[in-house]
Amino acid sequence: MKFLVDWLDSRTGCRKLFKETLFENVPGGSRWRYVWGSTLTFALAVQFITGLFLWMSYSPSAQTAWESVYFIQYEMFGGWFLRGLHHYTAQVMTVLLVLHLMQVVIDGAYKAPREVNFWFGLILLQLVLALSLTGYLLPWDQKGFWATNVATNLMGIVPVIGPDLQKAVIGGTDYGHHTLTRFFALHAGVLPGLVIALVVGHIYLFRKHGICSKKPHRKPDAAFWPDQVLKDAVACLAVLATVMLLILRHWILDREAGLGASLGAPADPSEPYSAARPDWYFLFLFQMLKYFSAEQFSQLGLPYGEHAELIGAILLPGAILGLIFIMPFLGRWKLGHVFNLGVLSSLLVGFGLLTYLAIAADKSDAMYLEAVADADRNAARVKMLAQAPTGIPTSGAVTLLRKDPLTQGPLIFAENCASCHRYGGHDGTGKEVADAQSAPDLKDFASRNWLKKVLTPEGFGAPQYFGGTAFTDGKMQKWLNRHHPKFSDDDKENWDKLIVALSAEAEIPYQAVWDQADADVIEEGKALIEDEFSCIDCHEYHFPDEEATAPTLTGYGSREWLIEFISDPEKPHFYGDRNDRMPKFLETDILDAEKIGLVVDWLRGDWYGAEAGEVATAE
Amino acid sequence: MSANMDPGLASNEPRRNFFKEFMAVVIGGLVTAVPALAGLAVLMDPLRRKGGSGGLIRITSLEAIPESGLPKKFPVLADKQDAWNKLKDTPIGAVYLRRKSENKVQALNVICPHAGCFVALKEETKSYFCPCHNSAFDIEGAIASEKSPSPRPMDELEVEVREDGSVWVKFQNFRKAIHEKEPVV
Repeated sequence: MKFLVDWLDSRTGCRKLFKETLFENVPGGSRWRYVWGSTLTFALAVQFITGLFLWMSYSPSAQTAWESVYFIQYEMFGGWFLRGLHHYTAQVMTVLLVLHLMQVVIDGAYKAPREVNFWFGLILLQLVLALSLTGYLLPWDQKGFWATNVATNLMGIVPVIGPDLQKAVIGGTDYGHHTLTRFFALHAGVLPGLVIALVVGHIYLFRKHGICSKKPHRKPDAAFWPDQVLKDAVACLAVLATVMLLILRHWILDREAGLGASLGAPADPSEPYSAARPDWYFLFLFQMLKYFSAEQFSQLGLPYGEHAELIGAILLPGAILGLIFIMPFLGRWKLGHVFNLGVLSSLLVGFGLLTYLAIAADKSDAMYLEAVADADRNAARVKMLAQAPTGIPTSGAVTLLRKDPLTQGPLIFAENCASCHRYGGHDGTGKEVADAQSAPDLKDFASRNWLKKVLTPEGFGAPQYFGGTAFTDGKMQKWLNRHHPKFSDDDKENWDKLIVALSAEAEIPYQAVWDQADADVIEEGKALIEDEFSCIDCHEYHFPDEEATAPTLTGYGSREWLIEFISDPEKPHFYGDRNDRMPKFLETDILDAEKIGLVVDWLRGDWYGAEAGEVATAE
Repeated sequence: MSANMDPGLASNEPRRNFFKEFMAVVIGGLVTAVPALAGLAVLMDPLRRKGGSGGLIRITSLEAIPESGLPKKFPVLADKQDAWNKLKDTPIGAVYLRRKSENKVQALNVICPHAGCFVALKEETKSYFCPCHNSAFDIEGAIASEKSPSPRPMDELEVEVREDGSVWVKFQNFRKAIHEKEPVV
């Protein structure tokens, strides 16, 4: 062993290097207040290690970024933990940076001859923030996408070079493949390279000038090894424990909750996302920007209102940073040092206050809370769809939500149908509708349950069914008024069979089990529709009937029937010229075929993961 | 070491120092091991996954295979899981199919058992030839030359010709550069 070390030492001088590293003199002995630099080095090491391994499974493109992160998070063994380490160490690192900065200034370690090293540190602080910003986009989820959009748009307001700078950074006018390749190259190549170079310089300069020890010394000088190293190691352990706690915190409180960092729904420029917020350490900038608008400036009688955003987002932060840069010079005077401390403390208080205001504003903002709930629902849904047997298509996971009846159906319904119809009393998304209901409630449409309620004199004319339509005075209502009350017990039993048969026409997925079991009843019911109850006097039923005056019962409520009906309810075998107010949705281009299909599938409970009973309360 | 450092510190308290040194190494090692092991676990994730279904795959119909007895190359299409993507009917490899008799078919994996190159069919000499390291095989896939570096004949695959004339192959890849024909799983 000794021979090997001797050999290596004679070729590399490793013994000297080792000694210089470990036996650096610590004036006044080891202290807890010196640990911050080491914890930052440790955090950086964690980021390099975890980042390198994440890199091995990450794929930066608009169709694969979210997908690969999803795969890391939910499919790969230990992926959630690795990603959690990387995500939360980044957050803890920003806190450590501030603690390090405060300790350096409080102890006066920023003053001559250590000015250059102080500047190195400030540049490192900005590099780490740049790493956070670029990393926030890489999962390509809604949150990162929209929040980073704000950041790059602000870049565009820089005078003269802004628009070109923005275009160069995002690789075009819109976010896409090249935004990701560029952000990833910055995040995993350029910025870490700069960080390494500066950290080497930072530590070199630190060693050159030695520790700026806090007086008075309570203990004799000691070597860095082992006292200070042990303290540093314990501090690193505390950092790691904090990170672990952050990774597990949701899970500790609720075993159903996810482990590690969150992953939202895939980025979609066509889907609104009102919950876009930067990560917490940038919230103060976000909040500050609320106060920097032309209107606010004019109200306060301030000039340059037209440049308000530029001032708030770039000039003011730039000026504050500039002030911190010249602190070593101000610190030469005792009063200057006090001033520096005052400035930093006020900045910290300001940071805390703005962050608090941003969070408090969100907490009482119904629109934001609703957007967060929507975002959570979409995130959970897309995860479920990605785990379905069909998996993620090559077009990307974003198409999973776009083509999902459960996600799109309620939105299409709320926007296009709910001004007249309702879904379980609401607009499909759970919201109340201001306009009075004037067309049937379509929840469970054509199911046994629905038909049972509608096919009574009271039900048909009720406001939640046809009461608000012209058909409330029509033949169906009259037929029900005339016959239904006089039903004998046999008639009543037959009527139920008719309902089962009519509902079977819809072939609703959640009723498939009952339809299969009731095959005999359905056969009987079919005959009853034709004969005993004479439905075919007005309705077409399995045979073309040009004289029919009411909607066809052939395939009533089936996918095809509904799509054709919504496309054009004025077709002769539907309402013909007796149509009340229902628009021809396809012909008038209100909805395209895909959207009609989605709303129909949603109404029929025909979406992945639907279980009998989840949609219908029938029987 | 600095001149004003307490010279007795190390020698006076060897036991205390050893404990500190030990703890510093243990804790330092622990905190570094956590991210490193987490990364290695994720890196080794593929070892937990099995590849290839090994089931029969429909390749073509009997009519599509030349009656002359010359082999013909066919792509093998199957559903494939590529990390997060599920791909339907996507090419996962290719086979050479050759009629041995009217309704008997031989299937050879096109991949060379030596180092995994795509073996070429030489119609003029009715033989196979690997363009990478010059492995040579005869029309039945057997090693054709003593100089051939391939350790075994071309990998023959199980074939089933069904009554409707469709040709099904149990498509598999095998480990390269060994004598035994051992499936890659």
